[in-house]
Amino acid sequence: MTDFDSIDSVRMGVDIGGTFTDVVIEKAGELFSTKVLTTYIAPENAIIDGMLQVCAKAGVSAAEIGQIIHGTTLATNALIERSGAKTALITTQGFRDVIEMRTESRFEQYDLNLRLPEPLLPRQQRYTVNERINAQGQVYQALDRNDVESLARQIKTAGYQSVAVGLLHSYLNDSHEKMVRDVLAEIAPEIMVSLSSEVSPQMREYERFNTVVANAYIKPLMKSYLGRLEGRLAEQGVTCNVFLMHSGGGIISIESAAEFPVRLVESGPAGGAVFAATIAARYGLDKVLSFDMGGTTAKICLINNQTPKTSRVFEVARTYRFKKGSGMPISIPVIDMVEIGAGGGSLAHVDSMRQIRVGPESAGSEPGPACYGQGGKRPAVTDADLVLGKLDPNNFAGGSITLKTSASEKVLVDELGTKLNMDAQMAAYGLVEVVDENMANAARVHAVENGQDLADYTMIAFGGAAPLHAGRLCEKLGVDRLLVPQGAGVGSAIGFLRAPFSFEANRSVFMKLSDFAPAVISELLSELEHEARGFVKRCDETAEILSEFKVYMRYSGQGWEIPVMLNADQAKNPTMKVFKQLFEDDYRSLFGRVVDGMDIEITVWAVNATTPSLIVDRAEELSNAGEAAIDSHRSIFDPALGQAQHAAVVLRNGMQCGQTVNGPAAITEDETTVILPTSRKAIMQIDGCIDVRVRAS
Amino acid sequence: MMNSVKQNSITKQKSTSKRDTVAMQVMWNRMISVVEEQAQALIRTAFSTSVREAGDLSAGVYDIDGLMLAQAVTGTPGHVNAMAAAVAHFIRRIGRDNIFEGDVYITNDPWEGTGHLHDITVVSPSFHQSKLIGFFACTAHVVDIGGRGFTADAASIYEEGLYIPIMKMAERGEINKTLMHIVRGNVREPDQVVGDIHALATCNEIGHLRLIEMMQEFNLNGLHDIAEFIFENSRIATIEKIAALPNKSATGEMTIDGYHTPIELKVSLAINDEFVHCDFTGSSGVDKMGINVPLVYTQAYSCYALKCAIAPEVPNNAASLAPFVITAPVNTLLNALHPAPVALRHVVGQMLPDVVYNALDKILPDTVPAEGASTLCNFQVSLRPRTDAAAPEHALRAEVLTFNSGGSGARPTLDGMSATAFPSGVMTMPVEATEHTGPIIIWRKELRPDSGGAGKYRGGLGQFMEVGATDGHEFDFSAMFDRVDHPARGRQGGHDGAPTIIAREDGSMMQGKGKQFVPNGGRVKLEFSGGAGYGEPSERDPELVKRDFARGYISAEVAKRDYGLSDTEIESINRALLNGTSIQ
Repeated sequence: MTDFDSIDSVRMGVDIGGTFTDVVIEKAGELFSTKVLTTYIAPENAIIDGMLQVCAKAGVSAAEIGQIIHGTTLATNALIERSGAKTALITTQGFRDVIEMRTESRFEQYDLNLRLPEPLLPRQQRYTVNERINAQGQVYQALDRNDVESLARQIKTAGYQSVAVGLLHSYLNDSHEKMVRDVLAEIAPEIMVSLSSEVSPQMREYERFNTVVANAYIKPLMKSYLGRLEGRLAEQGVTCNVFLMHSGGGIISIESAAEFPVRLVESGPAGGAVFAATIAARYGLDKVLSFDMGGTTAKICLINNQTPKTSRVFEVARTYRFKKGSGMPISIPVIDMVEIGAGGGSLAHVDSMRQIRVGPESAGSEPGPACYGQGGKRPAVTDADLVLGKLDPNNFAGGSITLKTSASEKVLVDELGTKLNMDAQMAAYGLVEVVDENMANAARVHAVENGQDLADYTMIAFGGAAPLHAGRLCEKLGVDRLLVPQGAGVGSAIGFLRAPFSFEANRSVFMKLSDFAPAVISELLSELEHEARGFVKRCDETAEILSEFKVYMRYSGQGWEIPVMLNADQAKNPTMKVFKQLFEDDYRSLFGRVVDGMDIEITVWAVNATTPSLIVDRAEELSNAGEAAIDSHRSIFDPALGQAQHAAVVLRNGMQCGQTVNGPAAITEDETTVILPTSRKAIMQIDGCIDVRVRAS
Repeated sequence: MMNSVKQNSITKQKSTSKRDTVAMQVMWNRMISVVEEQAQALIRTAFSTSVREAGDLSAGVYDIDGLMLAQAVTGTPGHVNAMAAAVAHFIRRIGRDNIFEGDVYITNDPWEGTGHLHDITVVSPSFHQSKLIGFFACTAHVVDIGGRGFTADAASIYEEGLYIPIMKMAERGEINKTLMHIVRGNVREPDQVVGDIHALATCNEIGHLRLIEMMQEFNLNGLHDIAEFIFENSRIATIEKIAALPNKSATGEMTIDGYHTPIELKVSLAINDEFVHCDFTGSSGVDKMGINVPLVYTQAYSCYALKCAIAPEVPNNAASLAPFVITAPVNTLLNALHPAPVALRHVVGQMLPDVVYNALDKILPDTVPAEGASTLCNFQVSLRPRTDAAAPEHALRAEVLTFNSGGSGARPTLDGMSATAFPSGVMTMPVEATEHTGPIIIWRKELRPDSGGAGKYRGGLGQFMEVGATDGHEFDFSAMFDRVDHPARGRQGGHDGAPTIIAREDGSMMQGKGKQFVPNGGRVKLEFSGGAGYGEPSERDPELVKRDFARGYISAEVAKRDYGLSDTEIESINRALLNGTSIQ
């Protein structure tokens, strides 16, 4: 990266979230931040507003900003709210309904009144052409240009703004998709076109078609928004380039973002993962579990070797209690995380088995949890946290809202206690144990899917509600160390400033190890490398660019691959023996055993080009500098012990480097509170990070 | 008996401290997530598309007596009760004294497993601190098991393929290589089948590791207490739901195609205070062809139907299933005994929810859906180099299995679901994945307009498929379809769904069931049946009729005939479509 570290550089990170737009300016290593309400109709307004505020705080002018990195939930929202452009799909004859037929299954087995999500495009907006490419990538039935021309005229007449092209097996041979684009460019140049072979060149037609449709659907909207944003920023005197955070945790140019807007889906949480990754680097941690808990959802991500785990498929816009299968699959490189309906506002009830259930329904900000005193009638996680003493009713959000404990107690008793014969405290205990267990289960399943054991992980917690629950989560997961960094409230926007420029290019080409062709492999990987580096070069002409090579392998006949990393030498001089060894090592670590005598195949080839990660100064391990001053005491319920404890209250601002606090305790600040269970102690680090460890018993 | 159970659990609840209750709730959730992980591991490591793409599998954890504690929610209700009962058979056959750490057991016995030879069940004992504490079991449908293949054509189980009685697949960690050789030598796709058997064993191991972690965390020596907690809460919850229903009886019936002769399915349904009883006396006798159903499978789909309508939220385990009592006279179609052929037991078994709902609708109106395609529209293609002329050098043999769905029945307040499995929950395989498994070309797979029965709520649409082989191949097409002569029947004035149609490319009809030869260059054209409608079509919201016509779910003809859409309205919608004006 160029001069990010230079003393006078000013960089700005902007994260548009569902409720707030966070703006952070970093000037000479110092951070200035603000939160303003997201302005849905013209999101750029909130950015300008926030930028002016934070410029004033930092004492810089807009013209002095050297670089802007932007992440946004707008792409996700457009998909959830179905507010995209008038879009058509062109697909292979006989396959008009792929995006509507989905997997032909029900994501909830026992609900007779299940509603399946509607496809993004209704049937009349899906058109077909007579053509066929076979599973070997050969043209089996050629596409007639005349057919495409007449269809293009029909589409023009119908006034579509955007067209998605998804043809069978186009991930192996894109010639027909390209012909469709060429014809449309001739006949209807005003229409934006997206090809499945470019947006998501991977096998499995439902995922690929859905991804290209999503891209086409939000393209006009995102293009227009990004254009307006550039204009408004220029009006304010901004002269620097604007870059976008993408779902995979890297940064792309505004032009690439406008071409492939589907890659912006979930860019905010991706920024959060990058934020956690830099903390991991600062502390030299190779195994990190990032835990981001806000008002509505919790996001959990594995970060190994200071790099967030990535995946190739993501499901957006789940319509049914965040249930897997109820949304639409998007196959793009994404930071692999689980998101569950567990946040401070998540509501609890008792089901027919007398089990407490929490979420995914959320109280939102209106009426909010019962303790806000705005008429909330059902107990939320925040109500339980309050009743258990984890929150101070008189010092919530810096004292701006006085919480009503009696209101929380009443709804806890009404909704849970009377049904389960429990008092308010016991009901609150049940509630937080259930939500903490839900999050712990999500983390466990995620770890297993990745063949990881959480016992040797460190948790990094951020987002408003995370520090209240992270300690207990660590106990449940057997995680011995927890870091709560400074600036946790605007973690994603800070993360944007830490992300590298990167782009992953990938392609599906099947090759069995028994047909191993070294020349083909090295050529393919070098083509992909060239393509990926091209994207990064557009962001920064001069930066050093690193290439990461990855192949997806499986036993021939399996359907799910595992990613296998190659080093540059293995990619340039591939040998069958090395590939086999790498695969078997990874397979064994995931599933415990290899299968002898089976052929192995490679299905997807990927090269990620990236600028080097920011070099982070290592934080020094601080030794004990005595106990921090205790401000007061209050009673806090400790779930692991099953009873309330007399706990110390310590002000985070008052803690000196190296000072310790022993659990049970609460370390408070304006935005959040770190709860230390009895089993833990905390040490204040030099960078303001709170380092929570297991207390020697 | 039911009474004493209830009293017991109430006393027990009082004696359990509230703190323990919270810990128990956490452990119950954890056990469900353990089996979900177990199922995920199976999908990730499996070879057959039926398992890895379609999810035809199940996974569960059991206590030391073989009672099921938790089961993953996967695509196959057909495994629900069968899985629940399976482990007890394993314990009995293997013998308690013969169970060692590192053992893995296997069977595909249709009567002690899940209903046909294609389903392989693997059970692994779980040891903690050198003591047996429970079992993990899983089942998956493999792509081939030898014999006549996946078809109803066999006259007895002996022709249906390799039979593996309950035996050890591994003893103290040592794989039984003889068994693997025998499997390899008897199936058409040995790599896939043996690979899947390994995947089954692997997923039990993953489940075991997670369970032990939980036991260490909660300091447990055994599963007895948590088992008791799960069973009591499930039993009480289920019985409360049943007690809330009217104490009534009703009968239901349905006729389906069968193989050579139509089949009668009859049920007597009785709701008692604490249990529901379905008895299938009066249904057809054992069939000559392989569509007979072992009782476990009859129980699975009947019980599934009842659970959906009565107690959908209660997770599956030994106690939550117990109050649903399903019986059928011995040696009949729905309680067929060895050696009756059973390969396509799903064709009949998946119709049972419709039969049960035919009765339940008389007791609980406005609850259950109209009839649907119900049985999955599966077919298997056995491809080989053409034999009528010289085949090209690259031509090969392959077994390709696909799962597909017709339309589901309309609901009391909702349309049926188009091309969506019910009661089965398996997924279809992606066409692109299927075409990688052999020289098959799927030319068409899309919704079938006008196939959903008209009604206030329309039945779900069936689908079209068209299947051929690449140049130089011929194939046997194994059909497993029903509803050719007996389409789904409407409810409350709703119309019937469209029937199944199978034809060759020249239009000549093919049979709904059985292996049929298709020469080089030939194609099979399939039209899968639609779900039936619910309520009078004249009561349908006119906006929905227009929407359905605009989307092409219904033709102009049906829009006019069944729903009274006028010519003017049709023309105006057609114009709007051309101009791209929004209709919905």
